[in-house]
Amino acid sequence: MTLPSFNLLAQSILSGIFIGSLYGLVGLGLGLTWGLLRQINLAHFGFVFLSAYASYHMASVWGVDPLLTLLILPPLFFIFGVGMQWLLAKFDITPFNSLLVSFGFTVMIESLVQGIWSADFRRLETHYNELKFVVGGLYFPVPELITLLLACALCCAVWAAMHYTDLGKALRAMAQDGPIATAFGVNQKGLSLVLSGVCAALAAVAGICLALTFTLTPSQIFAWVGVVFAAVMLGGLGSAMGPLVAGIFIGVSEAVTMAVAAPSWAPIVSFTLLIVMLLFKPVKST
Amino acid sequence: MKLMKKWMMLAAATTCVALLPLTSLAQAQAPIRIGSTLALTGPLSATAMTHKLVGEIYVEQLNARGGLLGRKVEWIVKDDQSKPDLARTMYEQLVTSDKVDLLMGPYATGAILSAMGVAQRYNKVLVHHTFGIPSLSKYDMAFPAWSLGADPGNTVPNSVFDALAASPKPPKTIAIVTSKFPSIHFMSLGAREVAKKRGLKEVLFLEWEFGNRDFGPIAARVKDAKPDLVWMGDIALEGNMLLDAMKKIDYTPPLHFHTYPAPGPMTKSPEGKGAISLTIFEEHAPFSDNALGAAFIKVFNDRAAAARLPDTTVEVQAAASFSAWQILEAGIIGAKSFDDKAIAAFLKANRVDTIHGKLRFNGPGNYGDDLMKIKQVQNGKWVVVWPQSYAPAGAKLQVQ
Repeated sequence: MTLPSFNLLAQSILSGIFIGSLYGLVGLGLGLTWGLLRQINLAHFGFVFLSAYASYHMASVWGVDPLLTLLILPPLFFIFGVGMQWLLAKFDITPFNSLLVSFGFTVMIESLVQGIWSADFRRLETHYNELKFVVGGLYFPVPELITLLLACALCCAVWAAMHYTDLGKALRAMAQDGPIATAFGVNQKGLSLVLSGVCAALAAVAGICLALTFTLTPSQIFAWVGVVFAAVMLGGLGSAMGPLVAGIFIGVSEAVTMAVAAPSWAPIVSFTLLIVMLLFKPVKST
Repeated sequence: MKLMKKWMMLAAATTCVALLPLTSLAQAQAPIRIGSTLALTGPLSATAMTHKLVGEIYVEQLNARGGLLGRKVEWIVKDDQSKPDLARTMYEQLVTSDKVDLLMGPYATGAILSAMGVAQRYNKVLVHHTFGIPSLSKYDMAFPAWSLGADPGNTVPNSVFDALAASPKPPKTIAIVTSKFPSIHFMSLGAREVAKKRGLKEVLFLEWEFGNRDFGPIAARVKDAKPDLVWMGDIALEGNMLLDAMKKIDYTPPLHFHTYPAPGPMTKSPEGKGAISLTIFEEHAPFSDNALGAAFIKVFNDRAAAARLPDTTVEVQAAASFSAWQILEAGIIGAKSFDDKAIAAFLKANRVDTIHGKLRFNGPGNYGDDLMKIKQVQNGKWVVVWPQSYAPAGAKLQVQ
């Protein structure tokens, strides 16, 4: 093991922050549905990739600026999320069954993506790819900066909404004790629909960021599951800021491992951290 | 009554004799059934679809020219879902339940290894397309179509370094960064040894797990090491992702070699310019001088475009697949039999002419010569640059 230069270490940490913010952004919606609705929604990953491909298509075929797709895709995905929750509510699905059903949805989305865009690798080539800032020898690529800013802004917005709006308070009450919250006039069914819609919209934003920074292929949907699950569990189910903080922590840990030791050790970092945290994290008493 | 019985027996015998030619005609016309699996779904499906299309084209053409030993060919292909364990089960089914006459190999090293075990159990010949680790091929009736030689960990790096040594600016230092994907990793380790023997100074050696997402720190380490040549032991998109990460920190490697890059994306990406890799066939002379090769290029281009395949050009995968069918056909014609042992004996004793060269199967693991060539991305296309005799007119290795 050799000591890396300051520049190498700093650039690696930056790289970890950028990818960690994407873990956090993907994990935000997943953690909310898991913590508040008690649903392990694997279809969230499908939505992320569907949005990434839709954004790719709109930008590269129709010539729409990728950032403009932020105005189009999240509202559309809100409707998808509401529709899926309506379907799940119809069958009164348990948390474990939600994992199986949403896995089925993900496989369907993967097939749909493959049917429309084929299994070929797709890369969104935009002028944003060429833009970067250089500060003190460190490089800040614009697509990654956009991802980081969006992740921070959305996590803060969700956190504020959860703490300072009636809707957020009702959601937290519903998560703590659904029947009591209902007795106090909380419309559980309606709130579930809204929350699912919001989470799907968040998935759409994450998908646009994914398309800006990564090459797409349908089979990669499942490559993100492990690390994002780790970020969500480390950050806390239902937490708005937790997945972002945990995601950045994982991203930086992986990047520093790659810079200082061997890149092949990086994948074990997230799960080692998860196991250590689960062993030592204090359990909240209810 | 006795007379009646005699007449009836005579009539039955006459009918049997009359029907005999018809029965043998029906037998002659019964198709010969060749079974295989391919990764039609799952992570390997993008490339496996190339093998499926090549198989369809070959069987159509084979039947159009009369089939094999006068019998039409029926190809039964099952989906192994990119899972080697499922491939093993399906090859068992093909032999025991579907009762196919012959086998053809699946796609990708893991599935081929599974199929090899089944073929060995039932003494079936297995011609396979793209088996990446020759040292694991232990079955004496398995025949490789991908001519990477018995010891690619040694011969392939030597070919790459030979090509670079003949360039105007041979590299003096090397960074070897590699995926731990099995069929890639051993070749990168071989490159380390060969580089050392040839006096190339190794300034960096890194390994990553297949499926790595963040290539930023690896790019930063390569930039820090300032190598003349980056040997990327990459598969599929890994090389593109690493080049992308390098671009983000304003770094372009002077020379970059890629083991098995996704062919399409590397040529389309601006960062892929000058990328060096391996091939057995490309769509230019002298490969296209062969009439069969030229005809195959045309039909594959058209059919691949119609099937919306990711890559419509004929290169390693399609050429290896076509060659596999050529080997099986040559074995049957040469042995004048569908008997597996006779086919294997013929193949071991004879060379087979394929679209990517004459192959022999009498080396370790039935591997013959290493026919790998060195190619480079030039003007958005892969072009063979080494050996010079396989390069199109005027093409040579470009070094920055």
